[in-house]
Amino acid sequence: MSSIDQLSQLSIEEASRRLAAREVSSRELTQACLARIAATDSQVGSFLELTPELALQQADDADRRRAKTNAGASDATALTGVPIALKDIFLTKGVRTTCASKILENFTPTFDATVVARLRQAGAVLLGKVNMDEFAMGSSCENSSMKLTRNPWKLDRVPGGSSGGSATCIAARQALGSFGTDTGGSIRLPASFCGVTGLKPTYGRVSRYGVIAFASSLDQVGPMATTTRGAALLLQTVAGKDPLDSTSIDAPVPDYASIIGGHPDVRGLRIGIPREYFVEGLDADVEVAVRGAIRKYEELGATVVDVTLPHTEYAVATYYIVATAEASSNLGRYDGVRYGRRRGEEQGLREMYGETRDQGFGAEVKRRIMLGTYVLSAGYYDAYYSKAMRVRTLIRRDFDAAFAQCDVIVTPTAPATAFGIGSRTDDPLKMYLSDILTISVNLAGLPGMSIPCGLDRDGMPIGLQLIGKPLDEPTLLRTAAAYEDACQWQRKRAELRP
Amino acid sequence: MSARSFYEQGGFETVIGLEVHCQLATASKLFCGCSAAFGADPNDHTCPVCLAMPGVLPVLNRRAVEYAIRAALATGCTINTTSRWARKNYFYPDLPKAYQITQYEQPYCEHGRVAFDLDGTQHTVRLTRIHMEEDAGKSVHDAHASWSLVDLNRAGVPLLEIVSEPDIRSGPEAAAYMRKMRSLVRYLGISDGNMNEGSMRCDANVSLRKRGDTKLGIRAELKNLNSFRSVERAIAYEIERQAEILLDGGTVVQETRLWDADRGVTRSMRSKEEAHDYRYFPEPDLLPLVIDDAWIERVRSELPELPDARRERFISAYGLSDYDSGVLTASKELADWFEAAVAAHDNPKALANWITSDVLRIANDAEGEADYSKLPFGPASLAALVRLIDDGTISGKIAKTVFSKMVETGDDPAVIVEREGLVQVTDEGAIAAIVDRIVAANGDKAAEYKSGKDKLFGFFVGQVMKESHGKANPALVNRLLKERLDG
Repeated sequence: MSSIDQLSQLSIEEASRRLAAREVSSRELTQACLARIAATDSQVGSFLELTPELALQQADDADRRRAKTNAGASDATALTGVPIALKDIFLTKGVRTTCASKILENFTPTFDATVVARLRQAGAVLLGKVNMDEFAMGSSCENSSMKLTRNPWKLDRVPGGSSGGSATCIAARQALGSFGTDTGGSIRLPASFCGVTGLKPTYGRVSRYGVIAFASSLDQVGPMATTTRGAALLLQTVAGKDPLDSTSIDAPVPDYASIIGGHPDVRGLRIGIPREYFVEGLDADVEVAVRGAIRKYEELGATVVDVTLPHTEYAVATYYIVATAEASSNLGRYDGVRYGRRRGEEQGLREMYGETRDQGFGAEVKRRIMLGTYVLSAGYYDAYYSKAMRVRTLIRRDFDAAFAQCDVIVTPTAPATAFGIGSRTDDPLKMYLSDILTISVNLAGLPGMSIPCGLDRDGMPIGLQLIGKPLDEPTLLRTAAAYEDACQWQRKRAELRP
Repeated sequence: MSARSFYEQGGFETVIGLEVHCQLATASKLFCGCSAAFGADPNDHTCPVCLAMPGVLPVLNRRAVEYAIRAALATGCTINTTSRWARKNYFYPDLPKAYQITQYEQPYCEHGRVAFDLDGTQHTVRLTRIHMEEDAGKSVHDAHASWSLVDLNRAGVPLLEIVSEPDIRSGPEAAAYMRKMRSLVRYLGISDGNMNEGSMRCDANVSLRKRGDTKLGIRAELKNLNSFRSVERAIAYEIERQAEILLDGGTVVQETRLWDADRGVTRSMRSKEEAHDYRYFPEPDLLPLVIDDAWIERVRSELPELPDARRERFISAYGLSDYDSGVLTASKELADWFEAAVAAHDNPKALANWITSDVLRIANDAEGEADYSKLPFGPASLAALVRLIDDGTISGKIAKTVFSKMVETGDDPAVIVEREGLVQVTDEGAIAAIVDRIVAANGDKAAEYKSGKDKLFGFFVGQVMKESHGKANPALVNRLLKERLDG
């Protein structure tokens, strides 16, 4: 393996250390990532838009900033010079942003999402935009209208979704870090399928301004990386109140890296195991790996507590009412009037709306718009939306009660490992069930993580899900890092050969 | 029997409820920093948020909430500590997000009332609720042969929707209610209330029922009522239309009807079946709105004087009649005009008389609307005119002439008096000379007067005034004539 390949395999914290020590330049790191992308992306298909010139410019800027810092004059951050990728759901000024939809195929934003602006300010290097399910609706990344993205561990498997490209670019070591969004598991599921670390923060911890909306009350931005410490550095940069997002939380952002520290300790930590998450249909290898991880925590000094989340069985139904209702409204703006694709204008207004949206949206997006429109309709609102909101409250209370007995909840991230490409596309219900273990976390607005905890019989990664109390990302990160340090699953890499 | 005469004989009772939309005069829009001003070039006042670019989010303009609180306090509404924003979903090119952010199930205030006078009778209309919402943009269909154009300057401008109970019984009552509403929002400084610019608009729900019935009849919702006259005319037309249907034994169709001011008719726009399903649901991008007591009290302490209080003050402080106070305080601009005049010359009663008779006559246009800033002279000039009377420089009669000249030229009254030589003659010798001349020239009438025909005194006064071109001091003329004739 060439040395340039090794540079793209660095964790963010290691790259950051070497950048600070001037052992490596951002240009070298960025070139290593671009080379790795050139060598592997024809197989994996992570990137929708690659911006190498911009990235190298940003790398040079970062190197100058680092040099000034060494001279004691500047303000470099942990991310200054670190190459990362962004899900194509984040608005990037001057760089095409499609949300993997034909309806936005020619859309170039005039401004940056708050997350993007904060990353630029921190000096991160933006390599490009990565693939996703159209409008973040999907669990396999197969709903992209742009391209197919494959799982780097086995190219005939899906990477998971919707933030599929954000996971594959880490698993294929094309970028050191990435950002995705998670509405019902869209960060944690692909992280699990691709053997990387993914964090969905507390709802409101990170600004949604400039993030194309799917379901506003559930969407949350989060980082992906090879390590927990890397994810923590990414979160550190983007978290915090944003005056442009009224739902962002005005609470201080803790110093996550120092909370994790060099030797995270879980002694005395109470780990809750909800029985509803270990049910029939859970893959045997997944269960073995997760039970093994729980035993490891006990060995490390944590206490295991059985907890119950009794309304779990209603989570998927509740989610598909709330999320589709909000989506049906959020996607109304794609009407061909002001931007994006327009069709049928010569035939009149109704026809323009019809043609534009019929040709612009893919099948899954249309299915969810119709479902959401239906559940909000006069006469059905009480039976569906209103009831779903009440169930949502019950699900949140389940977690409140559980967290009275434990500090963090541990479950599998998904019932099984990555499935075959095309194996579930004809059965939306089966596809929806991929998210059965991640959805409740979004409904309750809690932080959740997925970290690698083993491989199944086919050598596919298994994800361990950690769920925390509101704004308790510190405990979540500390718990994840303790396991990572003890087991080192994050060092396992996809055997992807150029 | 015609529908109208049946109606007029009291067969039917008209029931009207109004939904008034009032644009708040904030500097910026309700959910973004764009200017909310009227009259810019199309789409100049837009940004990613009000253009509904992907990924944008609303941020509430707190100033708009303060204005809304003022309206709630002035109408005696109960303010809800917590209210919610909702999305009203529909597709139209001038609605960029395909939903309007409004308040639905939990408005910020409810249960108020508005009192107003109509032909000397006091009326009270209860308010169901007031809620805040954002305006849509404007579609222009006639500017281009094959395209419709969209101007989004108005998209996102804050509105109050003021919903009344069905307490209104006639078109004139509806118009009087609207005028009071406009007066209120102008007093409060929260809206310019201009109906012709669309900053105040109104929909009317109109139905008829047999007098004595308590159940409401089937209603039609009238739209496009963009002047006080339209409100009156459209309701009058609609009463007649519905009465004819009912008298023929038919039933009124529940529908939305558009007022066509040119043809003077209402036309069906859409039926109940075609009505939009707006799919309201709570707006997830905004937190519930919390208006606590401290906020309410702060706004209350900054509340300007309202029309009813000002009317009382005009009666007690200036000794005006109830009627004059009512006329003067009906509009904030007129009341301000009056008080500016009083500040320049302290004779409130005389000034009130001049304003209610002479100034209002020239200020009102055909619609009965007045713009006091467009008068040819200001309150200081009127005060100067009254001062000229009070200090004896001109007579009340001459003052009318001076006033006409002020209307024509806008000149200061002193300048007019000087230029036209209208100064009152108070030189006793000069007047006595005229008196002598007149009495001498009318010896026969003087003899008749002396023999008891008292009425002839007026004749002599008239002759002297005529001779002096109206400038002789009337009191002096009286005294000198009396001395000369009775002596």
